Amino acid sequence: MNRGLRLGRALPNLKRAGALSCSLLVGGAVLAACGGSSDTSGSGGSSSSTSGGGTQLSLVAYSTPKKAYDALTAAYEQTSQGKGISFSQSFGPSGAQSRAVASGQPADVVAFSTEPDISRLVKAGMVASGWDANSYQGVPSDSVVVFVVRKGNPKHITGWDDLIKPGVDVVTPNPSTSGSARWNILAGYGAQLKEGKTPAQALAYLRTLLTKNVSVQPSSASSALQTFTGGKGDVLLDYESDAIAAKKAGDAIDYILPKQTLLIQTPIAVTSNGSHKSQAAAFVQWLYTPAAQTIWAKEGYRPVVQSVASQFSSQFPTPPELFTISSLGGWSKIDKTFFDKSNGTITKIEQAAGVPTVSS
Amino acid sequence: MPGVRSRVRVRPGRGGLGLGVATLYMSVIVLIPLAAVAAKAFGQGLGALWSSITSSVALTALGVTLASSLLVAAIGAVMGTLVAWVLVRDRFPGKRFVNALIDLPFALPTIVAGLTLIALYGPQSPVGIHLAYARAGVLLALLFVTLPFVVRAVQPVLIELDPEAEEAASSLGASSFTTFRRIVLPALRPAIISGTALAFARAIGEYGAVVLLAGKVQIASLVIYNDIESGTPEGAASLSIMLLAVSLLVLVLLRRIGGRGAT
Amino acid sequence: MRLSRSVTLSLRTVALAYLVLLLLLPVGVIFAKTFEHGFGTAWGWITTPAAVSAFWLSVLIAAIAVPLNTIFGVGTALVLVRGKARGRALLDSLIDLPFVVSPVIVGLALVLVYGVDGWFGKWFMDQGVRIIYAPAGMIIATVFVSLPFVVREVAPVLLEVGEEQEQAAATLGASRWQTFWRITLPSIRWGIAYGVVLTTARALGEIGAVAVVSSNVAGSTLTLPLLVQQRMTTSFGPQAVTSSYAAGTELAIMSLVVLLAMTLIAPRKGDAA
Repeated sequence: MNRGLRLGRALPNLKRAGALSCSLLVGGAVLAACGGSSDTSGSGGSSSSTSGGGTQLSLVAYSTPKKAYDALTAAYEQTSQGKGISFSQSFGPSGAQSRAVASGQPADVVAFSTEPDISRLVKAGMVASGWDANSYQGVPSDSVVVFVVRKGNPKHITGWDDLIKPGVDVVTPNPSTSGSARWNILAGYGAQLKEGKTPAQALAYLRTLLTKNVSVQPSSASSALQTFTGGKGDVLLDYESDAIAAKKAGDAIDYILPKQTLLIQTPIAVTSNGSHKSQAAAFVQWLYTPAAQTIWAKEGYRPVVQSVASQFSSQFPTPPELFTISSLGGWSKIDKTFFDKSNGTITKIEQAAGVPTVSS
Repeated sequence: MPGVRSRVRVRPGRGGLGLGVATLYMSVIVLIPLAAVAAKAFGQGLGALWSSITSSVALTALGVTLASSLLVAAIGAVMGTLVAWVLVRDRFPGKRFVNALIDLPFALPTIVAGLTLIALYGPQSPVGIHLAYARAGVLLALLFVTLPFVVRAVQPVLIELDPEAEEAASSLGASSFTTFRRIVLPALRPAIISGTALAFARAIGEYGAVVLLAGKVQIASLVIYNDIESGTPEGAASLSIMLLAVSLLVLVLLRRIGGRGAT
Repeated sequence: MRLSRSVTLSLRTVALAYLVLLLLLPVGVIFAKTFEHGFGTAWGWITTPAAVSAFWLSVLIAAIAVPLNTIFGVGTALVLVRGKARGRALLDSLIDLPFVVSPVIVGLALVLVYGVDGWFGKWFMDQGVRIIYAPAGMIIATVFVSLPFVVREVAPVLLEVGEEQEQAAATLGASRWQTFWRITLPSIRWGIAYGVVLTTARALGEIGAVAVVSSNVAGSTLTLPLLVQQRMTTSFGPQAVTSSYAAGTELAIMSLVVLLAMTLIAPRKGDAA
């Protein structure tokens, strides 16, 4: 009996533990609503997600434009139609994000890297087919493919042919998930065509690049940038906007605008199954206003509205041999021939290169 | 006393209901989701499943993962036994601290483990050793997360070991090495095997510790993740089934050795 | 077995060197790199709104997963050790499954069941319950991966403690519930405590499965491990890595607390340590 009494004294501890975990549960639920979504140091308390009664729009975007959208959403919240609107933001590789939205991730505004990522949602009935019907084909800002190098360009990278020189370590993302990776590969392909090579020779160039010189292919553009700034590789293929942002933030890099490069047109659309369609549409429309276009420019993105673009033309020189995706045949054709999961030419090259692509 | 006999049964009826509830919980949380993976893999037809499993990417991923995990398990078996030996048979200041440290990989989140290894052995390594984005880095990450398995399996057995047999052997003139090889090691063998098998099973599925530093190394969990993110759930399910099959084999092996189990 | 001094010393050196190189050094480097720019900077990085949300989300998920698995664990241990029903052996072997299933497979499995195209996904969506890309899915994933710990710690203790006291209580007229609450439970409390600690560690550190089911929205579906990964792969500037290490250190300190609990409880559990 004595042992029973002694052991029984352990009970209050267990009861206390039970009470503690219950209060944790309630407290945790309350406190998880505190905090917020901003991840900049020193931005302290009050950027909580739903501040009393306002509308929250969910933005699902590709991996790199966080800084730009932080600035844009902050400015939008100051405008008259933006009052009371807050944003939840999700960033990740464009292909993966697009598939996530197609699989049910909530989104009011989708800002992806390539047009096929939006077309996927049109096919799934989540985006209306007229999303690109405005005068800018649904693209609020542009960029170009650039070479990001170490400060001072120690390996003297100037053109696409430097990338396949032996000993040059190239970093580019994985095209099975990343939109930027596809822009990079197509830029290399198009550059070869501009130099007068045949499509077969251009593919051979890509094969050499991807199998011999590319040593690591992270899943997204931002991940690739971090891998590069972490010390890996001699040159990174990336958006000009990403390179500008990194340089501004103090990373020890430079970027080279190659003579031939591809114009990156990143589309944005409103989902048709969101619950705040009109507010989302108002935000997207605002992105084309001169005020917003100026913010795009300041964040390193090439404005599409001519009046603003001309103001920043010195900051964004036009590459002598710039080409667009339409000159290569347009996205639907390219997506199928190059990046089809089973038969795409690039898919096959990547598999031969030993990159985790798709395992079927 | 009348009535006492019926009271002696401790859990009348608890068996059936308790087992049912436990099985329901297991089914909802574990079994049904795993069945969905199997259904996805086999649902694409045996032909498609076969071509998926034998695709170059899947085969490479399996090969690299299994080989790396086997190597890690082997190293872990040797080093784990050594560490366990030192912790049990040796005495030095700070031994208790070192002993507590062994559980660190159990307590530390795997992503932090990967972070530490990139910090120390990545491109900006303060000691000038660069192992990231290569097999060596992956092996190191797997060694980290599997360290405690063999050590903790061997330690209790080593402690319980009766010194009589060893003393008899040495009094008959056997060298330390012979004594170890013929008396101690056989006694430790089941524990070493069970710890190694668990380490192997853990290594083939590891994600968090390798995601930051694998680079082009084809680790199965990373390929599966990429398949999921790139919208190829059938490929993911096919590779998952292969990985699960290997894990289940290991579990069966463990059962045979009788290293675990409450019954 | 007597080993010569030199053999003892060399074994000790090899073992300690291995542990230092593999365990201590890397962890030390993280602490060093976290505070590279000063304590204030590091503190700033773990008090951003996103980091605070991530911390509480991790705690919330653990606060749900751990009690669930503890109740399951104690109940199942009782069934396995004290129960008489058939089929216990099968249940026993199934319990180890979460130990050997890769976390990304767990994520895939949950998407296949609860996702929009999954087995029950549509039903849940119609009820207005979002599981994938929401905290609910992350909780289920965490329950899955941390399921076996309490069972595996309590069952051996139950076995060792034996049924005598419970039988004595029964003969003295105690009801089943009284016996359980006042005799059984206290006798296994250190096994439960150790299992709870292991479960908590696993729950806080989970990343593979929750990465698949998370929507990566800072403030609502980013746990602390996911935040560490996100900061390591998406930040700019020389502070990018520091911010990731800071969050990593926060996680490391939480796990050191867990490690301390493990070290203190293990001897009481009767484990040889």
